Amino acid sequence: MTTPAPNASTDPLLRVEGLQVWYGRAHILTGVDLAVGRGEVVALIGRNGAGKTTTLKAIMGLAESRQGGVTFDGRPIGALPPHAIARLGLGYVPEDRRIFADLTVDENLEVGRQPPRPGAPHWTPDRLFELFPNLAAMRGRRGTRMSGGEQQMLTLARTLMGNPSLLLLDEPSEGLAPIIVRQMADAVRRLKAEGLSVLVSEQNTSFAAAVADRASVLEKGQVRWSGRMADLMADETVRRTYLAV
Amino acid sequence: MSFLLVQALSGLATAATLFLVSSGLTIVFGVTRIVNFAHGSLCMIGAYLGWSLIERFGGSVGGFWGSVALASLGAGVLGAAMEVGLLRRLYRSPELFQLLGTFGVVLVVQDAVAWIWGPEDLMGRRAPGLKGSVDILGQPFPLYDLVLIGLGPLVLGLLWLLFTRTRWGVLVRAATQDRDMASALGVDPARLFTGVLFLGSALAGLGGALQVPREAVNLHMDMAMIVEAFVVVVVGGMGSLTGAFLAALLIGQLQAFGILVFPQITLVLVFLFMAVVLVLRPHGLMGRAEEAPPAAATAAPVLRLGNRGGWIAVGLLALLAAAPLLVGDYAVIVLTEMVILALFAASLHVLIGLGGLVSFGHAAYFGLGAYGAALLVRHLGAPMPLALAGAPLVAGLGALIAGWFCVRRSGLYFAMLTLAFAQITWSVAFQWSGFTGGDNGLLGIWPSAWASGKAVYFWLTLALCAGALALLRRAAFAPFGYALRAGRDSALRAESVGIDVRRHQWFAFALAGSAAGLAGGLYAFAKGSVFPTLMAVSVSVDALVMILLGGVQTVSGPLAGAALFHLLESQVMRATDLWRLLLGLTIVALVLLFPRGVVGVLSSRRERS
Repeated sequence: MTTPAPNASTDPLLRVEGLQVWYGRAHILTGVDLAVGRGEVVALIGRNGAGKTTTLKAIMGLAESRQGGVTFDGRPIGALPPHAIARLGLGYVPEDRRIFADLTVDENLEVGRQPPRPGAPHWTPDRLFELFPNLAAMRGRRGTRMSGGEQQMLTLARTLMGNPSLLLLDEPSEGLAPIIVRQMADAVRRLKAEGLSVLVSEQNTSFAAAVADRASVLEKGQVRWSGRMADLMADETVRRTYLAV
Repeated sequence: MSFLLVQALSGLATAATLFLVSSGLTIVFGVTRIVNFAHGSLCMIGAYLGWSLIERFGGSVGGFWGSVALASLGAGVLGAAMEVGLLRRLYRSPELFQLLGTFGVVLVVQDAVAWIWGPEDLMGRRAPGLKGSVDILGQPFPLYDLVLIGLGPLVLGLLWLLFTRTRWGVLVRAATQDRDMASALGVDPARLFTGVLFLGSALAGLGGALQVPREAVNLHMDMAMIVEAFVVVVVGGMGSLTGAFLAALLIGQLQAFGILVFPQITLVLVFLFMAVVLVLRPHGLMGRAEEAPPAAATAAPVLRLGNRGGWIAVGLLALLAAAPLLVGDYAVIVLTEMVILALFAASLHVLIGLGGLVSFGHAAYFGLGAYGAALLVRHLGAPMPLALAGAPLVAGLGALIAGWFCVRRSGLYFAMLTLAFAQITWSVAFQWSGFTGGDNGLLGIWPSAWASGKAVYFWLTLALCAGALALLRRAAFAPFGYALRAGRDSALRAESVGIDVRRHQWFAFALAGSAAGLAGGLYAFAKGSVFPTLMAVSVSVDALVMILLGGVQTVSGPLAGAALFHLLESQVMRATDLWRLLLGLTIVALVLLFPRGVVGVLSSRRERS
């Protein structure tokens, strides 16, 4: 470990400044600013196509061409490849799940495994099966033979195997049955209780309201509003301007 | 009965080495999605290294097997170096560049191996302790082959353990399915892929080194091995280990018994088998449908010359027509060949530029045209004009047959199918010596008396090639050409507006084939002889390099590329013996400098400005 910035503990864990992303000629993100503090759950909210997924991918180093400052734990990560970013303690859970379909549940978890990290909760398969009891019964099953909800849990568990200190969670409630959505919300709250920080992108404001401390509202590739989640829920105008379909 | 059993056993022994080499190819393909042309070269390097080591240390049992292991390791290290130096930069490139890049390595290795070990076949010593044979139902069977038979399943078992029971194996399988996701989980794909290339290349080297006691080590091993391994991998399903094992068993038997029935055309038999499998099971015995759509990275608008372009063409034609009056005989010969190659390159451009179909075996139709003309002269005593008329017909017919199979697949499969067909025509020309003259070719194919002057033959060539080029250009800007390009850019959308994409591609294949055939026929009379080398893969690659030099996006690009290429070739070849080495290095440099293609570089520059 290199020495962290002097006031790392008061600085936000993740800071994004003026993040821009292009896909070919399309300018997707025109300047995103946001921050996630230690132990904080921040919701990235916005309509379909606002740039939520792109923001998370760009932080993770998965966007084709990006520009702007991304600092994690006091360290600039804007130019690092995805695997180096992951090894610093950033865990990415993609919206389309991307289970390794040919691999069993156990093998999927093995791919995510990284050495324990000081200052972040340490996960083992057994601890994860406690968190997601459904998975415990299907350790030898291949990814192709799982329901959407089970796959979503496996994706999250797989990322946790890397012992991240910050989770990037992309649309965790999308396409899931209401009961599974409640289980996901419970899981996110438990992770927060374990000391994890989370940046979760959501279209579903009620899911966001159930888990997030703060919110950043994204529209047309920029953050238009930032503040406490409770304030957002109380502010009808903001919600109508940026979120109503 | 006992004879059949021994034949079957020897088929199993062949299958074992075939599986070793193919398993390496399929593993590398599964992970990197690159068909590594140089895989056969790594096998050849393994064989040569093995030969040298066995000559020196192979007297004892330990020395022999140690030498085999060391040779395999050497090939592995070379493969890993190749990943770091070349493949790593090509993972996101168009297939054409990946294939060309690895083929550049093939050329370099050919010259390098010939330079180090010499051109003669090398007979290795036999494995100590395994020199004898065992008696199987009264028939002798080599002991060494029996060991090989056991080795196949052993390696399959070890590989299975490696991929299911070790963390490295699990990571490789994960990265095979979703490279980006694996790297987002902290897996460094670059290091993993270097390891995979090491493993795959070591398997190729092992297969090569184990051949030393069985047959002479020679400079044709690389292409022979890559084509056979490719057939195994395609039949088995690309990326599937068990599929490769099964396919190797089947093909080993096919070769063992095929040689009894049709000793001359075993390769044809193997290839027919592949064609049947592909028609019945398009993804091979154990393969799965690839979800990746064909990359349209080579796709680019085909620019149309304006009126000015038309005048330039007329001016150029006039200048060329006047050339024989201005320059000497040697220059006229070079010009003749240049014009012929321009037609050859332009015919390939119909497939690549318009159809988005990267053919790696276009030389087959050039060669079919040349042989068609030469055989008409030799066996039927046909006069030159008749032979020249026959050349595009023969080649077009061959292209119709091959094309029917090839256009059923796209992308890499298409490229490799065209290559396989080219290897078939090559092996027929090479093996069927009673008809084609074999390695000695057919000599004395000279033009009719009226066209025997260098200048007259040049004018004839110019007239025919210009006519054919005008026809190709006409096709490019006719509805036929638009339909082809629609199919290239999005087969699905083209189909949905009522275009029969496959049919258009099939006709394009035949059209390109017959144009190449005309070029081949003209070439035969220009040289006065034909040889199997006209159909060699390197000739197909020459055409690709011409297109690469000239640019894919214009119809006139290949013409300029062909002229430049031939000029360089005729000058450099006079100066050095290591032409292939230089060409290989040039190709590698080209794909490294323009990893996304010349067009890609240009368009990204346009975006930035």
